[in-house]
Amino acid sequence: MSLRGKAAIVGAALAGCGEAHGKSSMEITIEGVHGALADAGIALGEVDAVATCQPLDMLSGLTLAQELGLNPRFTMNNRMGGSSFLSHTLWAAMLLELRLADTVLICYGSNQRTASGKLMTALGLPTYEAPYRPLFPLSSYALAADRHMTQFGTTREQLADVAVAARAWAQKNPDAFMRDPLTREDVIASRPVSDPLRVRDCCLVTDGGGAIVMRRAETAKDHPKPPVYLLGGGEGTTHRDISEMEDLTVTGAAQSGRTAMGMAGVKPADIDVVQLYDAFTINVILFLEDLGFCNKGEGGPFVANGGIAPGGHLPVNTNGGGLSCVHPGMYGIFTLIEAVRQLRGDAGDRQIDGAELALAHGNGGVLSSQVTNILGTEATL
Amino acid sequence: MAGIGQGPGPDAVFAAKLAEGVFEIQKCGSCGTHVFHPRVICPACGSADLKWVALTGRGTVYARTVVRRKPERGGDYNVVLVDLEEGVRMMSRIDGIAHDQIVAGLKVTASIGEGAEGDPAVIFRPEGEAN
Ligand SMILES: [Zn+2]
Repeated sequence: MSLRGKAAIVGAALAGCGEAHGKSSMEITIEGVHGALADAGIALGEVDAVATCQPLDMLSGLTLAQELGLNPRFTMNNRMGGSSFLSHTLWAAMLLELRLADTVLICYGSNQRTASGKLMTALGLPTYEAPYRPLFPLSSYALAADRHMTQFGTTREQLADVAVAARAWAQKNPDAFMRDPLTREDVIASRPVSDPLRVRDCCLVTDGGGAIVMRRAETAKDHPKPPVYLLGGGEGTTHRDISEMEDLTVTGAAQSGRTAMGMAGVKPADIDVVQLYDAFTINVILFLEDLGFCNKGEGGPFVANGGIAPGGHLPVNTNGGGLSCVHPGMYGIFTLIEAVRQLRGDAGDRQIDGAELALAHGNGGVLSSQVTNILGTEATL
Repeated sequence: MAGIGQGPGPDAVFAAKLAEGVFEIQKCGSCGTHVFHPRVICPACGSADLKWVALTGRGTVYARTVVRRKPERGGDYNVVLVDLEEGVRMMSRIDGIAHDQIVAGLKVTASIGEGAEGDPAVIFRPEGEAN
């Protein structure tokens, strides 16, 4: 039995992106839920399974059910970091296909910018890393970037071009948080934090949230907006701590991408638009390689000189990504929501003409968890 | 001898050895794999037959970062991943060399120094440098 095309996203909404003064993380989350249900034309009481993962509330699934006044048949709170939401969609598809649930809600929200001004996390440093004071999670990604540069000759300029492309997309997105012009020189001149990464290599610290609603494909067209079908999904978990990652240049995206594309029956060249969790510039290079959009070691040249910017050879992170659009701690759900916007043809100035097939990819921990979703329009079924 | 169900767990054993000035890691009696960080069962084969063994202390830098910090807050420091000759990797710090001269491939030797809280921690120096 395959899950290909068995479930669809029928509602999606953003909430509180940027700065949501005076709102709690769960309040932002619930605003997103309200928006996604309205978008889907579904009443709250129809929701019979919920999924979330919030950084500080270990029992966030229970809090969510409580705040919605629901007694769900299933409450999913699986926590793998920012990739969780792309795993939630797979569990949702399983529950729907097995008829253990009929309407699944997946959501997230965080007020980290207005509440603390920095990443809010319940995580401490691992026992065997803490004595050396790596910045969490930045230094782990810096080590991966350093290794990629050593092994493949990836350059500082190529890393910068990832951030420049994200900004160029953000300038086409009125909802993006940072839309000022950004050049390669600006990125390279920005404040060094953990070599080789600089401030402009790092995702934003914003508030924000979002929600999606999933239903079985057979009823997915009974809603106001065109359904976006889940064609494939896959996961890869390679470690928890960066010191335990076998090869810092190869992530679990190789496995998650292979699984997801295998289920969907597609190859990288078929994908029209790509949404990757860009916590740091190096992520995009690693994931493009591991997902098969280019060969291992060639991610630097692939992203250079506008390769993934508007007008480049592959549109990546069309909302501006975590680098320029929104990054409230865990970004995964935003890859899904932007993919939905693109596949509905509802992405305004940044719309990719004729987008039928999208790849959304989430990262959790320190390159630890990788989860890929392949999404498509009705034409791809 | 620690083992499943007997005595303290591997983390506590490692810490106690380090406090006595001894840097040892585990080696699997079943498949011969060296294991770090300390574990209850061998991640290569699942065996609980893990014994503490001495090391050559020699390693090679795999990757490095320099955390940039204002001088008044303590200044810059390096964080590295070192591959030990025995085939395991660990996070550490390289002392006795300018941060910018630390590159992947640098040969280093382990010693016991101080971690962030002044606790004993394994650190490295460039090979051939006196402690
Ligand atoms: Zn073994």
